Amino acid sequence: MDFGGINPVILIATLMASAVPILLAALGETVVERSGVLNLGVEGMMIIGALGGFVVAVQTGSPVLGFIGGAAAGAALSLIFALLTQVFLANQVATGLALTLFGLGVSSLGGQGYNGIKPPRTGQLLPDALADLPVIGPILFGHDWVVYFSILMTAVLWWVLKATRIGLIIRAVGESHEAAHALGYKVNRIRLMCIAFGGAMAGMGGAYVSLARVPQWVDGITAGAGWIALAIVVFASWKPWRVLIGAYLFGGITVLQLNLQVAGSGIPVEYLSMAPYLITILVLVIMSAGRKGKANGAPASLGQNFHASR
Amino acid sequence: MTGTERQGADARPELLAVKGITKAYPGVIANSDVSFAIGEGEIHALLGENGAGKSTMVKMIYGLIRPDSGQMTLRGAAYQPGKPAEARRLGVAMVFQHFSLFEALNVAENVALGMESPPPMRELAARIRAVSEEYGLPLDPSRMVGDLSAGERQRVEIIRCLLQDPKLLIMDEPTSVLTPQEVEILFKTLRQLSSEGTAILYISHKLEEIRSLCDEATILRRGKVVATCTPRERTAREMAELMVGSALKTPERRVAEKGEVALGVSDLSAASPIPFGTSLKGISFTVAKGEVLGIAGVAGNGQDELLLALSGELKAAPDKVRIAGHAVGDLGPVDRRKVGLVAAPEDRYGHAAAPDMSLVENAFLTAGVRKGLVKNGFVDWAGTRRFAEEIIAGYDVRTPGPDVAARALSGGNLQKFLMGRELMQGASVIVINQPTWGVDAAAAAQIRQSILDRAGEGAAVVVISQDLDELLEVSDSFAVLNEGRLTKPRPTEGLTMDEIGLMMGGAHGMEVAHHVA
Repeated sequence: MDFGGINPVILIATLMASAVPILLAALGETVVERSGVLNLGVEGMMIIGALGGFVVAVQTGSPVLGFIGGAAAGAALSLIFALLTQVFLANQVATGLALTLFGLGVSSLGGQGYNGIKPPRTGQLLPDALADLPVIGPILFGHDWVVYFSILMTAVLWWVLKATRIGLIIRAVGESHEAAHALGYKVNRIRLMCIAFGGAMAGMGGAYVSLARVPQWVDGITAGAGWIALAIVVFASWKPWRVLIGAYLFGGITVLQLNLQVAGSGIPVEYLSMAPYLITILVLVIMSAGRKGKANGAPASLGQNFHASR
Repeated sequence: MTGTERQGADARPELLAVKGITKAYPGVIANSDVSFAIGEGEIHALLGENGAGKSTMVKMIYGLIRPDSGQMTLRGAAYQPGKPAEARRLGVAMVFQHFSLFEALNVAENVALGMESPPPMRELAARIRAVSEEYGLPLDPSRMVGDLSAGERQRVEIIRCLLQDPKLLIMDEPTSVLTPQEVEILFKTLRQLSSEGTAILYISHKLEEIRSLCDEATILRRGKVVATCTPRERTAREMAELMVGSALKTPERRVAEKGEVALGVSDLSAASPIPFGTSLKGISFTVAKGEVLGIAGVAGNGQDELLLALSGELKAAPDKVRIAGHAVGDLGPVDRRKVGLVAAPEDRYGHAAAPDMSLVENAFLTAGVRKGLVKNGFVDWAGTRRFAEEIIAGYDVRTPGPDVAARALSGGNLQKFLMGRELMQGASVIVINQPTWGVDAAAAAQIRQSILDRAGEGAAVVVISQDLDELLEVSDSFAVLNEGRLTKPRPTEGLTMDEIGLMMGGAHGMEVAHHVA
């Protein structure tokens, strides 16, 4: 069942795992942007989460505590962003960019001394009997718990945003903060909670890179995954299931081009390396093109600060 | 005068009593010792000019802001809502003037957001249908609010309130965006509510509406209660004078000699650049020096497009639009200003003004060319500031100074500033869409007077408005815009309401029969 040295079953199984960091971060950012906040610090929060998760996991020996630590670290960093933009009303774009630079710098500093250490392994969740089934085994049952968690979160967020009251309030705040305020909703408080949630999700995504994908600590380990997550949110029209498609597409092509490199295809390595970025953006642009109108658009208050002075 | 004793004392039990409420902001006292009472099922008007403190008062009743001192009681119990949710729970609901609907959400979701514990969506949709039919306000719960007309949007807000079975419904200038037919439907609903025992606190400038609808009125001037009255027993003029505190002047018309044609439009057709807009179809008219042409029509019949075509934002073939004989159809707004045409669009926030820029900057934006405010490529800020201050003084714009953002002014105040900005540029042709929308009676009279003064000085003026009384007051000739077509202008003098109704009904054949040479 190999095509040019590439096994499609293994390919699908690997892409699901490789998409997890981007998927988690992009889901978090979807909620943040739906509430009307543009946090460009995803990359910074991811790498802080990668370091935080790695340190906690190594110190405690527990990968689960590691992921919790990563989420906490990402959320903590996002609260700096929340303080600056929601309380001091700083510009969101500038603050978000600064947050990324800050996160990269702090992680580089704090990661000194953790180079070359192996973290505790995050194992397969289900018994081998299931994972060894032909074809469906590796794809459906061979993963660690974070892969299932990320898919579960996609479904949960889709449901929350679409059908629950809290989701409606988040969308309302992102759509018109003035109207939400007039109805008595605490705009800045709701946004602050969304920002913290987005930070936790990004931090957890980062922790998955350092604890499961690589798995060790290297400077700049997230390598731009946060930026891809941001792009996916926009081109997925702020919809969780489309975020999942975008993340899997990116993960899939990344895995595929690595396999192609190994298999020694005739395509130059440079083209293969840029392929995931190019193709993901292209496909998402095509998906979001042609459907105009308010139902598909960006949250109307996206990136605007709110102050209840009027 | 305290104004607490209610006249026309009927036997309605008291619902809400407001006693000695004071609220101060840095630099302004918004409300000073305000007292009044509303009985159950009463329709009570809160009257006052822009900035008299009406909005601040109702925001305190709705729990959006807290008073500095004074008490309120609701059915005899102390009432101090800390937030709108509390007010809603106690049976106080509010329909806002702007800013409280979400365009990208559907009707049911918008309604749910204004309720404390909404039922599941399907049940809510059914209830919306039921209530909307009961009150004659048909509404589809699954439609996106962004696609609704102004009148339909207001229905969403009203139904949101009605679903909570309110004891007191606050309405902040509900009719400012409605067509006359929609106003009639609204009033029917309000009377029905009143007869069922719901009290209504009604804020408006439109005195005739208040006379026909309201049982009692409390009149505010500069934050204080200056009078209470029963509107049916007063004339609109008496109430306006109570609001303003001085005798009201009716605009005087200086009869000017009609000069040569200043603005000529011939067979102008243009596709609308606005989504879901109305295209212009074969518009032709001329306006002479010193003449005011009034253009009536129900909103959405091409008014915005006509303004764009005249201001130069929508270009046409050169000879379609002529200013004093020059073909300007292909010129943009700046070049047309140079030739002598200024235009004031309807939408204050975003089209007529840049909301986040100061009044000085906004003054420069349209007056820069005609007032010579650019010297050697640099902006003459001192001169611009002087011009802005002249507008503020000349049009009684209530603002702390010329450096505040346009957004910070109330709608009526900003409108006064924007009208002043266009009218004080000494233009030979002036085009205005909705000159007095959302402006109180005294300021509206002043704006109309200025329009007539400019015409008296020889300017040709085009006034597009949905307010028929306004058009009949200021215009020399009268035309109706209907589905993008303009009827042939006729002299305003001698026009009867029946004839206007026929023109508005789109009976295009009629104008031949009624043609007055």
